[in-house]
Amino acid sequence: MPPIISIRGVTKSYASGFQALKLVNLDIDKGEIFALLGPNGAGKTTLINIICGIVTASAGTVTADGCDIVDDYRAARSMIGLVPQELSTDAFETVWATVSFSRGLFGRAPNPTFIEGLLRDLSLLDKRNSRIMTLSGGMKRRVMIAKALSHEPQILFLDEPTAGVDVELRRDMWNLVRGLREKGVTIILTTHYIEEAEEMADRIGVINKGTLMLVENKHDLMKKLGKRQLTLHLQTPLQHIPDELRFWALELKAEGHDLVYTVDSADSVDISALLKRLNELSIVIKDLQTHQSSLEDIFVNLVTERT
Amino acid sequence: MNRPALIHSFNRHGVWAIYKFEIARALRTLVQSLVTPVITTSLYFVVFGAAIGSRLVTTSGVSYGAFIVPGLIMLALFTESLSNASFGIYFPKFTGTIYELLSAPVSYAEIVIAYVGAAVTKSVVLGLIILATASLFVPIKILHPLWMIAFLLMTACTFSLFGFIIGIWAKGFEHLQFIPMLVITPLTFLGGAFYSIDMLPPAWRAFSLFNPIVYLISGFRWSFYGAADVSVGISLGMTVGFFAICLWLVSWIFKTGYRLKN
Repeated sequence: MPPIISIRGVTKSYASGFQALKLVNLDIDKGEIFALLGPNGAGKTTLINIICGIVTASAGTVTADGCDIVDDYRAARSMIGLVPQELSTDAFETVWATVSFSRGLFGRAPNPTFIEGLLRDLSLLDKRNSRIMTLSGGMKRRVMIAKALSHEPQILFLDEPTAGVDVELRRDMWNLVRGLREKGVTIILTTHYIEEAEEMADRIGVINKGTLMLVENKHDLMKKLGKRQLTLHLQTPLQHIPDELRFWALELKAEGHDLVYTVDSADSVDISALLKRLNELSIVIKDLQTHQSSLEDIFVNLVTERT
Repeated sequence: MNRPALIHSFNRHGVWAIYKFEIARALRTLVQSLVTPVITTSLYFVVFGAAIGSRLVTTSGVSYGAFIVPGLIMLALFTESLSNASFGIYFPKFTGTIYELLSAPVSYAEIVIAYVGAAVTKSVVLGLIILATASLFVPIKILHPLWMIAFLLMTACTFSLFGFIIGIWAKGFEHLQFIPMLVITPLTFLGGAFYSIDMLPPAWRAFSLFNPIVYLISGFRWSFYGAADVSVGISLGMTVGFFAICLWLVSWIFKTGYRLKN
């Protein structure tokens, strides 16, 4: 199946000489949830803004479902919805008016039934006649999503969708995103909450200083770059690791009180052999703890290692 | 999921959405949009038409009160076209909602049609309301009604385009006021809104001919009373020329993304 978004050789340089994007190539598959991760200033928003037509690329091409975003911008843009990072709204407009405006702007005929359903899904129906300036931050974020979905896009960009929202709303949004994916909408999200990407995404892209460092299936990434750790709390601290245990990649921590065994996620491990050997050496274990590295650990390692 | 049809040609729903949004903004601020200019113009009639005008001789065969009507309408038309169009495009830049306009499947021409169309509608309606208000104070005759409408529309279009350019150029609210207050209003007052430039000494008259507003007011006044300070053909040419310059500037702005896109 051809990718729904194809980015080829995209670069972005500003007049000041700052290079925001360095030769980005990326394919987004239809119907997937793609999370673009990166620290502040990595180029995430620039890339999204180029695809959506807000920023002009210095070089390269982007197509949305085969439509070039420059040559066939009408077709390309009419299938894209964007929820920007900033809460930019028409403060004096009502919720109903601003969402209807967005639908019209993106070339769709008025459809009050659809707008009503959309507002209901986003728990905004009772606020339909409220002016946006009277809404809370979380409600405004919902309005931004309603505006982006008002023209029934096939591709939805969520730029930091849950920044500054409470836990309940974040969960609501995750459910909404899943619901959209079930309807066939392709979702590209940027987030600072790695937990969000871990929870939602099918594939992960990591971008740093304008360079797309890797693109991987989330599970493959976790398997490939993730680590598992077994921490054994010892009854009596050790001065050094006995030679008999050199077969295992062990470290002594907490002044010899903890014996830490780290393995890659992909490796198969025989913990019982280690425990048996420790028993033979009369090393008494008081307690034990396991830890599987999260996407956040992987992300931090990636970004710090390669910079 | 049903796939909605893609947009490949003129985005009429998009143009209509922007137009409606802009008209709704004017209706929301009805006092500021309509009542204030009407009261201001009425005060001009009271001061210049009744209090001072009654002591002045007739100009071009019409009473002074009637003489200033086209100039007053033009003054309102200039300022309202400029402020409506400039504010219309500046406000989304200020609030950040411009992202939606830039990411929508609307062409630059459609954006201009919608914003300028709305500004023209508002200023023409205002011009007609001022005309109706004026007729309550002084007897008015319109010798060339079609030309009057044509001048009204052309001037509104030109100044709305000019306002659109100012709105894109503006970096702050003070910039929005800068050209209307410091350039257009003085030029209008010196452009024969309240007098015929034939009344001026020859040197000042010659100097006034460098003021483009003179041609606009003169042509518009001709459509009322058949008398003009300068040839109607030149007035028409200047109006069309000014319109063409604004159109070129707008197309350059969109081509380069000046103050809109990085």
